[in-house]
Parts: sequence; C-alpha cells; structure tokens
Amino acid sequence: MTRHALSTRLWHWVNAVAIIVLFMSGLNISNAHRYLYWGDYGFDPKDAWLSVIRFPSWATIPQYYSLALAREWHITAAWPFGVGLLFIWVAMLVNGHFRRDLTTTPRDWTPSAVIASLKSHSGSGAGKGYNLVQRILYGMVFGVLLPLMVFTGLAISPGIQAAAPWLLEVLGGRQSARSLHFIASWAIFGFFVIHIVLALIDWRLIAGMFTGGKRADAAPAPSPATLPAEEGTPAHG
Amino acid sequence: MVDLPRRSLLAGIAAMGVTACSKINESETPNSLFKAAQDGHRAVHRALAGKQGLAPEYTRAERSPTFRGNGSVTVEDPFYQDQLAKGFPDWQLEVRGLVERPLRLTLADLRALPQRTQITRHDCVEGWSAIGEWQGPQLSELLDAARVRDSANFLVFRCADVLYERDYYESIDMVDAYHPQTIIAHSLNGEPLPEKNGAPLRMRIERQLGYKHAKYVKAIEAVASFDQIGQGKGGFWEDVAGYQWYAGI
Repeated sequence: MTRHALSTRLWHWVNAVAIIVLFMSGLNISNAHRYLYWGDYGFDPKDAWLSVIRFPSWATIPQYYSLALAREWHITAAWPFGVGLLFIWVAMLVNGHFRRDLTTTPRDWTPSAVIASLKSHSGSGAGKGYNLVQRILYGMVFGVLLPLMVFTGLAISPGIQAAAPWLLEVLGGRQSARSLHFIASWAIFGFFVIHIVLALIDWRLIAGMFTGGKRADAAPAPSPATLPAEEGTPAHG
Repeated sequence: MVDLPRRSLLAGIAAMGVTACSKINESETPNSLFKAAQDGHRAVHRALAGKQGLAPEYTRAERSPTFRGNGSVTVEDPFYQDQLAKGFPDWQLEVRGLVERPLRLTLADLRALPQRTQITRHDCVEGWSAIGEWQGPQLSELLDAARVRDSANFLVFRCADVLYERDYYESIDMVDAYHPQTIIAHSLNGEPLPEKNGAPLRMRIERQLGYKHAKYVKAIEAVASFDQIGQGKGGFWEDVAGYQWYAGI
C-alpha cells in the first residue's frame, strides 16, 4: 500500500501550482491599495490597521504592476484551488486519510502534549504516520486556513454578497473579510516555508509525493516514544 | 465522477504552467482560459443569487463618514462646468438605441419618477469600500417607458468625462439592467451628487465593482452588441487596462 493516495498526490501538485499563482497574483492585487481595514468600509489610509509594503515586481504575477492581469490570474487559479479543496476533503473523508492522520482530541491540544510530540519527533519519525504536531498543523491548514481563503475570497466578491449576505456578516464586513484574506494568505505562506524546508531535508518525501511512496505502518515495532496523550485515548471518529 | 472536473482543471493548470514561462499576455491560451474562468464565476454568482438577488443594504448609521471619489473626479467640458455651477437645469439624459420610443429626460423628469433610496457599499476594484445613501429612479422604469426592443442585449452608458483622451463608457447586460437596485442616482446622502461622485447622474450597479458605476451619464443606449464601441471590450477600463467586463468578482 502506498503512503500517499493517488487523490492526495494529484491534489497536492495541482494545489501547489494554484497556491503559488494565487499568492503571487495576490501580492500584485495588494499593491493596488496597500491598506487594510476592519469593518464594512475603509478607503482612507489613516483609518487602516495596517499599511502593507509595496511588494517588489519579482514577487508578483505578472512581473510588473497590472491589477487587471493579476486579477485574471487570481480568479482563474481560484477555480482549481476552491474546487480542489472540496475534492480533497471528500477524498480524505472517504479514504480515511482525515480520520487516520488529521483528527485530534481536546487532550492533544495541551502544551505538554505538543512538547512531548516535538521531543519525540527527532527526524526519524518520517514515514511512520503523522505525529501530533503534524496533525495539528495539517488540521489547521485543511480545516481553517484553506477554507478561510475560499470563504473570504468569495465574501469580497460583490456578486457573491447578493447570494450569501450571511458570509459577510459572519466575517465582520467586507473590509474585515479582505483583512482576513490577507492574514490567512501569509499564514499559509508560513506553512509553505516550513513544509518545503522539512521536505528538502529528506528528498524521498518529495519523491513519494510523485510515486506514492511506501507506507511504514506495516513495520514490526512501533516507535516506543509515542505521546503520553495517546495512552488510553479512545478511538476517535 | 470526480474525474471529469479534475481533468479539465488539470488541463487548465497545465495551460497556466506553460504560459507562465513565456511572454503570455497576447497569446490566445491564457486569454480563453481567463475568459472561461470569468464566465464560470458569473454563471455561479447568477445561479446562486438569482437574477433579482439583492446586494446588502445598510442603515444610515453604518455609512462611511465621506464618500471617496476616484477615476474621473472632474469634467473639464465648459458646458458641464456651466451646468454644474447652475445646478444642471439644461442637463438631459437620453435613452436611445434599440428602443421603440427614445427619451430625453431632465433632472426634474427623473425626480418626478418613483424613487428608490438605498444605502449600499461601493467596492472599488483596488480594494477599498465606502458606504453611501443613493437615490434615483430604477433603470427598469426608463427601459419600460422607452420600450426596449427584444434585440437589445446590453445597455451602454455614455458619459461626459474624458480620461486619457477617451470618452468614458460602460456596459451591462439586461439582467443587471432590470435588477431592482440598478438606479440612476441623482443624490448621495440626501444631497445632489458632488462632482467627484458623478454629478448630476451616475449609475448604481450594486452587484459589481465601482468601475461599472458610470458617472456623469449623458445617454443610455440599448445595443445588440458592444463589439463596435470603443475597442469592443464593453467599457473604458476594459479597453484601456483589460479589466474584466463582469466585475462581480
């Protein structure tokens, strides 16, 4: 049995391209009005809670300032990103990836459990399933950050507000939704950096995301350094 | 079942990857992909909101303290400046093109029609938003009075302002034309429109971004196609900068 299901691998690479395009075109869009506000309205820089830097052209799509073209890339890449997220959620729920690798219990969210997990994961844990820190990080990305990008992105579209006015209310108004869109994008960027650095430490992880790799759960002896929190944890989900 | 959308997504992504490497902007592949993406968003928006779904409206207390003017904030034409000083006594709005009964309406005529007052949010393509109270007759009133022909597919708004030596214009389809919140606003926050916000008349197209809300409107023209107008992309910013014609995204 492979470590990564075909659905995971396909989504991973499609999503990787979509996120890079979305992020870089998003930086270009940010340059059009570099101020973020809370609430429904906001247009005066002196009311902004954050003045964003002007992102350099090498970091943007296209590689020069063009709000129109950046928007074309952005709203085009939004399709594989949004539909892809729905796809991978359905796939993860159906094939057990979610239950097996991403669920946590309230007890997992204590500082001691997280510290124990970090200590036990000295690099050798690769290929032995997800440890607690991975479960929390990936869970946050799948459960919070990626959906938040989709929902805040939809909310700032004037065409969607007529269809789902509740979305803006939940998010605290259009300028709040726009601010959250910006914050979540940088949180995802932070995850992206950690993710790439860790993957580059062991290139087989990257190869595995193409080939599927080998799953290690058939290995005879499970690591003795399991988390304290896992003792007696009832099967969850 | 999930294979079908995936495959087209993959094709789309592949096309994006290929084009990202070359000088892309004039080639056909990304443009048709962009067009398909934009049309997809519009189709989903329309399906979810329905033709008549309303944009949110706010209370007076929720208005922004001022209302930013952007794009053209003045019109240099001497006739316009003279009218502005006098309160636009001789300004006329023409309704023409594919209509059975062309109209010419003064501001007094427009004020005599049934009025709609709405406090709505204005979202600029740049990212900022302002909230104001607009008042004016619904566009549908005028279209019914002028009896728009079945052959009309779009309305083109002709404006008095000139930017980069081109006359500003915009266009919408008949769904937005007959939308209840599509009004010809003559007042903002209870006062006649200020010059920077489009005096004496500006369109409110509440489910789209600000550049669709044509200011300084002189004429409304019913057309079958806007291919022959300007550079054929349906509006000033669409022609000049390549902005999306559907600005609901």
